[in-house]
Amino acid sequence: MTKETITLTVNGQTVETRAEPRELLIHVLREQLEITGPHIGCETSHCGACTVDIDGRSVKSCTMFAIQAQGAEITTIEGLGNPDKLHVLQEKFKEHHGLQCGFCTPGMITRAHRLLKENPNPTEEEVRMGIAGNLCRCTGYQNIVKSIMAAAAELNQPETAA
Amino acid sequence: MSVEAKTMEERQAALKGLGSSRKRVEDARFTQGKGNYVDDIKMPDMLFGDFVRSQHAHARVLSIDTSAALALPGVVAVLTAKDLEPLGLHWMPTLAGDKQMVLADGKVLFQGQEVAFVIAEDRYIAADATDLVVVKYEELPVLVDPFKAELDDAPILREDIADATEGAHGPRRHPNHIFTWEQGEKESTEAILSSAPVVAEEMVYYHRTHPCPLETCGAVASMDKVNGKLTLWGTFQAPHVVRTVASLLSGIAEHNIRVVSPDIGGGFGNKVGVYPGYVCAIVASIVTGQPVKWVEDRMENLTSTAFARDYWMQGKIAATAEGKILGLWCHTTADHGAFDACADPTKYPAGFMNICTGSYDIPTAYLAVDGIYTNKAPGGVAYRCSFRVTEAAYFIERMIEVLAIRLNMDAAELRSINFIGKDQFPYHSALGWEYDSGDYHTAWNKALEAVDYKGLRAEQSAQVAKFKAGETRSLMGIGLCHFTEIVGAGPVKNCDILGMGMFDSCEIRIHPTGSAIARLGTISQGQGHATTFAQILATEIGIPADDITIEEGDTDTAPYGLGTYGSRSTPVAGAATAMAGRKIRAKAQMIAAYLLEVHDNDVEWEVDRFIVKGAPERFKTMKEIAFASYTQAIPGVEPGLEAVSYYDPPNMTYPFGAYICVMDIDVDTGVAGIRSFYALDDCGTRINPMIIEGQVHGGLTEALAIALGQEIAYDELGNVKTGSLMDFFIPTSWETPNYQTDFTETPSPHHPIGAKGVGESPNVGGVPAFSNAINDAFKPFGLTHTQMPHDHWRIWKTANELGLHD
Repeated sequence: MTKETITLTVNGQTVETRAEPRELLIHVLREQLEITGPHIGCETSHCGACTVDIDGRSVKSCTMFAIQAQGAEITTIEGLGNPDKLHVLQEKFKEHHGLQCGFCTPGMITRAHRLLKENPNPTEEEVRMGIAGNLCRCTGYQNIVKSIMAAAAELNQPETAA
Repeated sequence: MSVEAKTMEERQAALKGLGSSRKRVEDARFTQGKGNYVDDIKMPDMLFGDFVRSQHAHARVLSIDTSAALALPGVVAVLTAKDLEPLGLHWMPTLAGDKQMVLADGKVLFQGQEVAFVIAEDRYIAADATDLVVVKYEELPVLVDPFKAELDDAPILREDIADATEGAHGPRRHPNHIFTWEQGEKESTEAILSSAPVVAEEMVYYHRTHPCPLETCGAVASMDKVNGKLTLWGTFQAPHVVRTVASLLSGIAEHNIRVVSPDIGGGFGNKVGVYPGYVCAIVASIVTGQPVKWVEDRMENLTSTAFARDYWMQGKIAATAEGKILGLWCHTTADHGAFDACADPTKYPAGFMNICTGSYDIPTAYLAVDGIYTNKAPGGVAYRCSFRVTEAAYFIERMIEVLAIRLNMDAAELRSINFIGKDQFPYHSALGWEYDSGDYHTAWNKALEAVDYKGLRAEQSAQVAKFKAGETRSLMGIGLCHFTEIVGAGPVKNCDILGMGMFDSCEIRIHPTGSAIARLGTISQGQGHATTFAQILATEIGIPADDITIEEGDTDTAPYGLGTYGSRSTPVAGAATAMAGRKIRAKAQMIAAYLLEVHDNDVEWEVDRFIVKGAPERFKTMKEIAFASYTQAIPGVEPGLEAVSYYDPPNMTYPFGAYICVMDIDVDTGVAGIRSFYALDDCGTRINPMIIEGQVHGGLTEALAIALGQEIAYDELGNVKTGSLMDFFIPTSWETPNYQTDFTETPSPHHPIGAKGVGESPNVGGVPAFSNAINDAFKPFGLTHTQMPHDHWRIWKTANELGLHD
């Protein structure tokens, strides 16, 4: 099958790759660009393990062709923080035991990141509704919700809000 | 050296040992997307495998035409049973003493069964090629109901063993019958049933479901023909067992096989067994000389690898008029699917179902389990429970409720008067177990008080009155559960998997500068072993947990162990860790005495050092001792500081707990809202309270799923009706409540640190608590028992059948 050239900006880096029109974005990210933070947990858009941020929206990258992302700005878990400076969500997930096996975590944090942009000061109920597209089999969500609430609180502190 | 101003308490705290809510060391990589799961593995020239699967539940395979698939550019090979047969790999042994087709050999026995394996240059081409393999089938009558398996007109499923009158677990009375397993005393139990003042009966069905970890199963096999070495990475909860099985199956010497479990995205029992995908990936790599990856998709996961439960449990419970239980009788019809692939210890074909007397002092009991073949996927795995313990707990906790109705007695009180007393431990149960320790009354009373049980019952009565008066359409259910687990398999004398004794192991190396690495025979799938095992060691050897690396899952480096499932890691490998730590300390004592120029018996251990008895200012820290062990010639002592322990537990451990769930049920929609859930767990000595709490939250949510809707359902033709997350229920953050956790602490008397294990308790205790709440809500309207899963439709139907919509 013919491959098309696709240009993407991933975690701030502009990259060019070639993919068949039928190739899913998650496969291009993971196998061609070696961005393996987003995972594949289902093929029906239910689990959200593949969640990435595309042009300011949370997207399940297993349900989008790579070519549909032509020209898009994509942020994955790899773009949120780094070993020298973790994102506050990454810190809070560690602090509040918001993860166990870690398989859902990249998608969960990426989604939470967008949720807090959409709603910087959510109630617990809004957090629970806001991450309902991301499944976790290990934690029962209680500590995930706690982590996200704690991150929101910290982000809302005047000195760190910037 | 060692200018120390710290108090003993400060030194203790600095270790982050037992009892510390130490933050997890695993989280740095997982939160940054740097976990390394099997599908993240990428190798030069790696090929992809994909299965052609049967759409029929029962059919003869007339022909398989692979020519069109092979003609597709990018397809490297297509394997069928005919290709595997010369290697003797078209069938493989199961963990339960049966055998299973790797690829369809003449017939298919369940929908989704593996028929051919396509190997291609990428996963898209492999998927395309599976569509091009043409399989001709002749459909056969389908058997989905285990109660029809032995009728005259029942189709014979396993023609390969149709004439075998003996199976791995004794006599077989019919070609579709696998085994009958009996425990306890049949005649005396039946005598009690016929004479007892009160006998309650119920058929309790624990439906078929699936562990469904977020990461599916997969493997990468790489046969290095130059060095003759096979490396197999995969989602293995028991990597050493996989290595042994791979060696026996392939004929490759065991030292030439390296099995690696990388990070595992949840297991819950799904990743204990050996699946055709692993075998095909190995064969494909041997055939092609290239690495081959196989990763199942979600539909394949739900329909072919490792179902759980599917136990029809007919129960009878006898009691005095005052509610003292006299006897328990249970006959279980166990639907095992097409191959008996349960991952139970060999001598226990129905796992530890004989823990079904639960938390109660029941003098006489009898259990019989019939294993039956049907046209369904194989499995029967322990989904977040020790072997069949969740079935047993559900059974007894439903029977207690049914008995309470029969006696017109409060179910909390009925439990209380029948609990095994604190002074009865070690307690010998009627079905053969020796419970190590427990204090059920204390836990139960604490739970009842915490939720204001009496107040809840009063509120419930008022609610029923309002309902009857037409003032509300909502009912309140109070779900009680007191469970006793049996985990930590297990003593080698009675527990083995494929002959391998279920011991476990730990090997420790202390480095010269006083940090350490410890390797274990287990493998974490999210439980946080790298965090908690270091805590056990920190307390044992006085080296801070932060200075101890824990490594698992690589059979080339880790000592042999039986892996992680059935809550066995802490009871068995955790014990090995403590024992290996004690060996380190014993050697360290000799070194310390030498350095302090006193006799070995004149020093004693204190937190992180040996001190001279009566002169604590004279001491050597473990760090100093470690350095000395590598730098000084110490008479009579070998250099270095290492130890290994293979631990064979003397008994199982018996964690327990008291759970109470309150639900509000909308009679007109069948929607059940969880108002509150209180979970008290007693897992013996607590290693890391933060992790225990996390395990409880997660296990309860899996229990919620199972009780309220999650199932693997088949239609009468053997089609799977719940084969994707569209239909297979996994709770989201929206329907999951906040849980209130609590604990008591009754150490195990035989475990080196008194720990019992906790990971599976919430699933074992959670399912009955949720289900009892639903049943309880309808009890005032005449309901005795309704089957799980309690999805909205079934709840609505129950309400309808009770006339509540009239």
